[in-house]
Amino acid sequence: MKRFILFWVVLLLLPVASFSETPEEKGLAIAMEADLRDNGFGDFTSQLKMVLRNRQGESSTRVIRNQTLEVEGDGDKSLIIFDNPRDVKGTAFLSFTHKVKNDDQWLFLPALKRVKRISSSNKSGSFMGSEFAYEDITSQEVEKYTYRWLRDEAYEGQSTFVIERDPVDPKSGYTRQVVWIDQAEYRPLKIEYYDRKNDRLKTLIYHGYQQYLGKFWRADRMEMVNHQTGKGTVLNWKDYKFKTGLTDRNFNKNSLKRVR
Amino acid sequence: MRLPPLIRFMPLLILCSFGVFMPEAMANELTGYVAIEGRLFFDDSLHTGQREQQSSIIAKPEYFHEWKESILTVAPFFRLDSADSKRSHVDIREFFVLWYPEAFELGIGIRKVFWGVTESQHLVDIINQTDLVELPDGEEKLGQPMVNLSLLRDWGTLDLYLLPYFRERTFPSLKGRLRSSLVVETDRTRYESGAKQHHLDVAARYSQTFGDWDVGLSYFQGTGREPTLIPGADASGNPVLIPFYEQIGQTGLELQWVVEEWLWKLEMIHRVGQGDSFEAWTGGFEYTFTALFGSKMDLGVIGEWLHDTRGEAAPTPFEEDIMVGFRLGVNDMASTELLFGVIQDLERSDRILSLEASRRITDHWKIEIEAFIFARQSPNELLFSQRDDDFLQASLFYHF
Repeated sequence: MKRFILFWVVLLLLPVASFSETPEEKGLAIAMEADLRDNGFGDFTSQLKMVLRNRQGESSTRVIRNQTLEVEGDGDKSLIIFDNPRDVKGTAFLSFTHKVKNDDQWLFLPALKRVKRISSSNKSGSFMGSEFAYEDITSQEVEKYTYRWLRDEAYEGQSTFVIERDPVDPKSGYTRQVVWIDQAEYRPLKIEYYDRKNDRLKTLIYHGYQQYLGKFWRADRMEMVNHQTGKGTVLNWKDYKFKTGLTDRNFNKNSLKRVR
Repeated sequence: MRLPPLIRFMPLLILCSFGVFMPEAMANELTGYVAIEGRLFFDDSLHTGQREQQSSIIAKPEYFHEWKESILTVAPFFRLDSADSKRSHVDIREFFVLWYPEAFELGIGIRKVFWGVTESQHLVDIINQTDLVELPDGEEKLGQPMVNLSLLRDWGTLDLYLLPYFRERTFPSLKGRLRSSLVVETDRTRYESGAKQHHLDVAARYSQTFGDWDVGLSYFQGTGREPTLIPGADASGNPVLIPFYEQIGQTGLELQWVVEEWLWKLEMIHRVGQGDSFEAWTGGFEYTFTALFGSKMDLGVIGEWLHDTRGEAAPTPFEEDIMVGFRLGVNDMASTELLFGVIQDLERSDRILSLEASRRITDHWKIEIEAFIFARQSPNELLFSQRDDDFLQASLFYHF
């Protein structure tokens, strides 16, 4: 709800402030518009093939399924189920993301039938050995960053806003991120991540956006390159299904134990 | 065709229905692993009859089928061991149907249930019997027949269990390593209850997450899983140890508190019916260093205190001990992991060291190493008879 109030407040102030809008206000307004356009998806499921590559060109593939539930007034709930490599088959990861406080996370270990709580400070840690950190793949809430509009720029033939966003949480692995957002649909096209020393660490590029239910845009492919290690990870998404009827009941410790 | 729920639970009908009767079938899946395992003991065997070498072939296929709101799981386990006839065994780890409409879950059949939060030992975890011949740490469990009703409410989850059949703990045979000097004779097992293995055990557990807290409160009434070992004689008059299973009542508490990188953990039990009533607890922390030295590695540091109010009389080596452990996740493509732990007795010299390491070779192949060292065991300590059983074990898994 807070998100909406904040949005209306900003909207009401807009006519007055439009001449003197600071880069910070403009950056925030862009982030809120992007967030608003993805509002109301309810829930979705998808399949993900993740390909890890090292500098020598060797690769390794992970196959996972994802279920996400939109939560009104808070971060999304999501359940991730591992199918491949075969030794981790049946392992499942449940997270309740929050706008401001730390996310709640649990991991189900099928061999022991054990649900293990994961400490909430792993956001800068690698997700399954990939170049994606947990904080890169969990729900991107507006409140998790402060914003600054940098410039408008043409990127790959599209007009974009280039904004900088700085993580609010000091436990984040980044000092800042630079995001290219297309002006037509408010979708991220490219993100550059800067590490704690403010050196450029990674670049993420979104490919093949598709629109679902006439509203929600999802990329088919996301390519992350780590400039410091030369390693890369490609996420290939498929089988997006929206409004599948998932509820809170699908996102608890019991459902974590029975998903396959 | 939709069958009434109760009929659907009958395993026979379900077996007949593999993909034939159920038009709503959503999955029909066979997974699992086969493995070979070799053990290397550092010292010559201490007890007469024990073999020096030990290797095994292991298989655990898992069949899984899903309908709307119900799941069938079948998971047998097989081990063929070169040295120990008791370690060669077959078990049904899981064979159950779970029905999960909105507000509850009903599971009927053989299942495995885990309760608890700590790492060094699992005091509260009582539903499944320990399959001790698998590994001396007792982490492996036997399948337990049960009816489990799980009520999912806003105020928490309430699990109710009926456990109609008791599983005996497994023990190594005469030729096996990692045993007491006297063999445990499971052919002479005795029970306090006249119903023996058929005593109906019951259990209940309430669990809930309150923000940063995970809480579990449980009660078990029935045949104790931990036998009292009584000196006796086998059929030919040789001295042996005879397992005696008492009727017990056990209350258990699990607490876990997440604070940033810290997980604070506590497990406590109060048990009546096995000698004088007593309490035992395990408490401690797990601290995680994420992205160690700017790398992708994670390091978890574990510290736990283990206490049993029975003191020296406790039939556990952990009456007053501390555990220090390190868990390293390399987060490389091979998912290399290392877990090292030391449990040190605070009143005597006894020390147990353990190491677990694993690394994936391909999508299907994986190698695992485990090592146990029973160091400085004092003569009146429980593990004294295993003082020369330090070993290194390597396993090669094929997951399908």
